[in-house]
Amino acid sequence: MNDLRELYQETIIDHGRHPRNFGELCDATHHQEGFNPLCGDKLTLHLREKNDIVEQLMFEGSGCAISMASASLMTEKLKGKTKNEIQEIFSAFHEVVTTGDQKNIEKLGKLAVLIGVAEFPARVKCATLAWHTLMAIIAEKAGIVSTEN
Amino acid sequence: MNKHDFPILQQTKNGKPLVYLDSSATSQKPQVVIDALRHYYEHTNANIHRGVYELSERATKLYENTRENIKNFINAKKSSEIIFVRGATEAINLVADTYGRINIKENDEIIISTMEHHSNIVPWKLLCEKVGAKLRVISISDSGEMDLDQYQKLFSAHTKLVAIAHASNVLGTINPIKTMIKIAHEHNAKILIDGAQAFPHLSIDVQDLDCDFYVFSAHKAYGPTGVGVLYGKEELLEKMPPYQGGGSMIETVSFEKITYAKSPAKFEAGTPDIGGVIAFNAALNYLKNIGMQNIMQHEQDLLKDATQKLSEFPELKLIGTAKEKLGVISFVLKDIHPHDVGTILAHDNIAVRAGHHCAMPLMQRFNVPAMVRVSFGLYNDKTDIDALLVGLHNTQRLFA
Repeated sequence: MNDLRELYQETIIDHGRHPRNFGELCDATHHQEGFNPLCGDKLTLHLREKNDIVEQLMFEGSGCAISMASASLMTEKLKGKTKNEIQEIFSAFHEVVTTGDQKNIEKLGKLAVLIGVAEFPARVKCATLAWHTLMAIIAEKAGIVSTEN
Repeated sequence: MNKHDFPILQQTKNGKPLVYLDSSATSQKPQVVIDALRHYYEHTNANIHRGVYELSERATKLYENTRENIKNFINAKKSSEIIFVRGATEAINLVADTYGRINIKENDEIIISTMEHHSNIVPWKLLCEKVGAKLRVISISDSGEMDLDQYQKLFSAHTKLVAIAHASNVLGTINPIKTMIKIAHEHNAKILIDGAQAFPHLSIDVQDLDCDFYVFSAHKAYGPTGVGVLYGKEELLEKMPPYQGGGSMIETVSFEKITYAKSPAKFEAGTPDIGGVIAFNAALNYLKNIGMQNIMQHEQDLLKDATQKLSEFPELKLIGTAKEKLGVISFVLKDIHPHDVGTILAHDNIAVRAGHHCAMPLMQRFNVPAMVRVSFGLYNDKTDIDALLVGLHNTQRLFA
């Protein structure tokens, strides 16, 4: 049961069940839909940006504990950050959840609880769906983001 | 039942036996099928329908033996009505591309159902887009049964074809296809039955059913991957244009004119999966030796036991409660996503399917993004069901 507990840490179960920053954002400047065609999970990100800073970040959707917790923790972590800072945290997060490498883990704060995903390759896309969706806004891509693109 | 015939089921992970509950996705293979595949490559490998040497004649004979055996297995009139393809998906695409190309025109209508697998939706949708035809969709009830009244009403003078599953890969529902075939014929429409799920579990008699096309895959019926079967009535196959162009499917070729071979060769361009087809014969004989009736009875016992235990499980909702079902059970657990359930069960070496099961319209019908699916093969027994229940308790404990 131990490596399962590594994956499903208390924080993940808590955020999966009670996601933070969940809902609409009426004064959002950007909206983006993300989709994982492998499992059918969908989410929508709402973001308010001012002077290159992400002032507010909210999301809606449904998915597994990993994808909901990742989206919830992401919105907490990235509020108030500049696009460049977000890019840097995304790179660190992506490396941690795909390789399990700990060298940039201190950049992640609470998001570090998702490191267990690296042991479950089938679940990496769950953890990165919200992030790919956000990066599409940052890169100003059009259309729905898919984990398969 | 016969678990010892399946070498893969003897393996363990961290001391836990493999509990394989995903036979609807693909079945495991008995030793006799693995041996037949190996024996072919060690002793018989040669291209078929070409060589005059003994090895090629032997390979050809074994390949054609499988065709003959399938003909008898599903009670087709002639072995020329049995066409080898890569799988049920390719068989449906073949019918859409060839029969569809010459018979489905602008404003014509094709009837499918809400419970179809994507492989029995997408080829028809593609055809409709190409020729300007329309898809009509049969509704299903909350228990997962076809709405036959509404089915009748979908027919119009434009209806050319019906394409429906014999059994649902998600709900397990065994559809009343004999009645549905009769209704289609009363409206002068042809009908294709997707037997991918049903073939490994039920006795099939295509003449008694009177279906125009019946398709299935070997790999779900204890045979190798890469082999599938299209059954078609001779008079339809004769009039259909070829599928792919290449070797084997011609009579004569010149740069001015090509004449095509008759069925089945007309639809089997290129070198097929000879070894796979020959090994599939071993699977058919294996099924015949056990007896389809015994397999059905065994799987119905498992279905009954598992349905009862799961329906008593706290905070679990069964999806698909039709009266006639295969050994397929889908469900959702309250507040725990199917993918999380799948991952936690996998940790106990229990293999189930979690996701949309290539049936997104059906997920929408039941208003869930995904489901957990448990599906039985002839090798499962009640210890597998008990292991599943322990795994589900562990899942709830982890999330408590």
